[in-house]
Amino acid sequence: MDLPWQMPVALSGILFVLGLGGLLARRNLIFVLMCIEIMLNAAGLMFVAGGARWGQPDGQIMLVLLLNLAAAEIAVGLVLVLRIRGQLRTLDIDDATMLRD
Amino acid sequence: MNAVFLISAGLSVMTTLLAITRTNPVHGLLFMVLSLLSMAGVFFSLGAPFAAALEVIIYAGAIMVLFLFVVMMLSLDKSSEKRERSWMSGKIWLVPVALACVLATEFGYVVMHTGPSSEPAHVIDAQMVGASMLTTYLPAVELASMLLMAALFAAYHLGRVTEPVARNKGAP
Amino acid sequence: MDHWLSLVPALPLFSAALLGVAGGRMSERMAGAIGSISIGLAAIISCGILAQFLAAPPAQHLLAVSWWHWIDIDGFRASFGLYLDPLSLLMMVVVTVIGFLIHVFSSEYMAEEAGYSRYFAYLNLFVAAMLLLILADNMLVLFVGWEGVGVCSYLLVGFWYQDPANGVAARKSFIVTRIADTAMIIGLVIMALQLGTLHIQPALQQATTIWHVGGAMPSLVCALLLIGGLGKSAQLPFQAWLPDAMAGPTPVSALIHAATMVTAGVYLIVRTHVLFELAPVVMLSTACIGAATLLLASLAAIVQSDIKRVLAYSTISQIGYMFLAVGIGAWSAAMFHFLTHAVFKALLFLSAGAIASRLHHEQNMFRMGGLRREIPLAFWCFLIGSMSLAALPVISAGFFSKDMILGAVWQVPHAGQLLWLAGIICAIITSTYIFRAVFLVFFGPLKTEISGHYGLRMTVPLVLLAAGALGAGWLETPDYLGGATHLSAFLASAVGGVVAGSPGWAIIAAGMLAPLLGLAVAFALFKAGFWQRQSEVQPSVLRRFMAGGFGFDGLYNVTFVKPFFVLSAVLRDDPVDRLFDSLARVARQLHRSLRHTQTGQLRRYAGWIAAGSLATLAVMVFS
Repeated sequence: MDLPWQMPVALSGILFVLGLGGLLARRNLIFVLMCIEIMLNAAGLMFVAGGARWGQPDGQIMLVLLLNLAAAEIAVGLVLVLRIRGQLRTLDIDDATMLRD
Repeated sequence: MNAVFLISAGLSVMTTLLAITRTNPVHGLLFMVLSLLSMAGVFFSLGAPFAAALEVIIYAGAIMVLFLFVVMMLSLDKSSEKRERSWMSGKIWLVPVALACVLATEFGYVVMHTGPSSEPAHVIDAQMVGASMLTTYLPAVELASMLLMAALFAAYHLGRVTEPVARNKGAP
Repeated sequence: MDHWLSLVPALPLFSAALLGVAGGRMSERMAGAIGSISIGLAAIISCGILAQFLAAPPAQHLLAVSWWHWIDIDGFRASFGLYLDPLSLLMMVVVTVIGFLIHVFSSEYMAEEAGYSRYFAYLNLFVAAMLLLILADNMLVLFVGWEGVGVCSYLLVGFWYQDPANGVAARKSFIVTRIADTAMIIGLVIMALQLGTLHIQPALQQATTIWHVGGAMPSLVCALLLIGGLGKSAQLPFQAWLPDAMAGPTPVSALIHAATMVTAGVYLIVRTHVLFELAPVVMLSTACIGAATLLLASLAAIVQSDIKRVLAYSTISQIGYMFLAVGIGAWSAAMFHFLTHAVFKALLFLSAGAIASRLHHEQNMFRMGGLRREIPLAFWCFLIGSMSLAALPVISAGFFSKDMILGAVWQVPHAGQLLWLAGIICAIITSTYIFRAVFLVFFGPLKTEISGHYGLRMTVPLVLLAAGALGAGWLETPDYLGGATHLSAFLASAVGGVVAGSPGWAIIAAGMLAPLLGLAVAFALFKAGFWQRQSEVQPSVLRRFMAGGFGFDGLYNVTFVKPFFVLSAVLRDDPVDRLFDSLARVARQLHRSLRHTQTGQLRRYAGWIAAGSLATLAVMVFS
């Protein structure tokens, strides 16, 4: 029970960094969404670690809200994936450049 | 508990790494599920059993399955996997890895230069979480429900089956 | 009587509105009838009021009608109302009666012209504005009328707007008078601030109690009002617009630029004469300006070739007589000359129009000649008008009024003799130039072919005005001719007592002989063929200088118009705006460089967001 508090924080940081790297590197829309989930999850871990560090329930409540957010985000995100696939016939986000000037 | 944490943490980092480097989305998703399950172990080891349960039920159980369904609907084949591999090779990782290293340095610096822990960890169970959530955080919960409702409408609206529109002329 | 009085300006206004709205759908006959009858009714009502005024004068010889409260704020009140005293009554009768005759004349003269109903709408609007100016009970209402007649003058000078030259002339007349009006409105503001009211009679009473004779404030106010009057009445240095204003139809010149509007400056001064009596310096300069104007204008008139420009310059110089008269305080003499001038100048203009209408609108006198037998009506009318303008003794109206002015001028101490000399020289020149016109137009060989005939609507106004030009002088006669004082007695309650005294036989004789001398000169030079040769030889520099109105146009071009154009050319690019434009340019430049980052590639966006967040985080962590 004598876990140094730095450990979960470091884990959270590693996961977030991985998620960020993947987000920037991957071109497939599915993997991009997955990386977003990883980053959200890393943030959730940080909340829980913080809650555990100070012995408060607030960290877990934040995780609940975060889950909530992730669920909402992924629902819309996945529908958009379907739409983009339907309209552009690809999942390559480098091809979806209609926002260009 | 330390052992649980260390095993779970190592598993989670590894599976995450694997998840983001797969060429087949289904494989990636399965590693992602593994990553989330090990994350649940991390939560458990941190004395947050309620969070661990939610992680398993909602994240690994619901959201990832949703992902899986969508990937199935996309009906990917071997050619897409090959294309995926061609995308991943080479310098596409250069900038992301550089940025990630910078971020990792910053995290490391913060972790190293902060004072040691003083309070021992103890378990926070579902009762405490629930009591706090339905009193102090009630407005936040209400807002979260609104967010879900909005997401529901958005998904319903966007998900209607429509004729495929001709590709915009502006796109190459 | 109040309601009748209100009807006088209301009738022309109503018919102007009617013609303006529905005139396009009316027949010519209908439009002409509405335009003329409304003024005719106003004239009848005016004469009725005059008759009642003479038979049973109202209390204190005045009648006030307040229509509504116009401005009512703390410390300043102005109502919209009419004020009728003998002075405004005289003006009202002259304006409506002569206006009516000119309307009737116009209804035939303008026949077959495009914009017939528009013409009558403008003309009625002019009469309404002029009546408002005359009958105003406070200076603000007067100013409304004052600007109203200015607008109508602009509209009517530019009536044939297809010709750009007419538009230029209209703008010139409008802008020059507006410049003078600026001074006037400043004067009105000072009056309002100092006297607390712009109602004419209370303001004048207030002025006599708080200001003393020769004070700075009354001099300033009077000088500013005088500038306004000079502009409207085309006196020095604003005279340049009137000759160009002849671009309008001839009846318009008769009504606006001879009989009524241009005398508004005289009326303004007489109306506020109590104020001017507090400023002797301004009075003296008024007299001097009048004398200078009448000399310059009559010299310019002698070398003109266009018959209307001769009459325009003669108008300027005759108004110069009126300014001379008001400058020496001979109020009723000025009003008398206004009356006779209105009659004979309207007659002269209408005769000129009648001549031109038979000669395919020819206005150059050198191309006329020998018309005496061909169009006797126009000849006799023009001759009577000329006699009156030249002030031939006893038989013409102009003689009595001019004689009254010159007699009064002579008796002014100090400057009187000098001013009188200017007046008498001008009398000679006036007689010369108008008989030069008579001889050139009506005598000698016939040079043009004549067409058409005169209808009743042109004949009757001419005859009536001719009768007036012969007989109107007997309202006020010098002592040796009976000493009638009908007019000055009538005006006494409004403008003070009669100028008494006789200037002496030598002066009277000089006044009688001067026009005859001028006539003799004109006749001798005509016999010698001098006038006729003017058109053939190349005009000398001096003659061109005089014909161009003594170079005032050129002077104003150099001193005002050119610098103004230069300034406007500079300001067209809006130097101040450049500053703000440069801001916009910087923004646009920034936009051009920043738009390259807008690639549409989601990963790049995410990368930039990450990089930015990392930089922020680094600042927070490492600092």
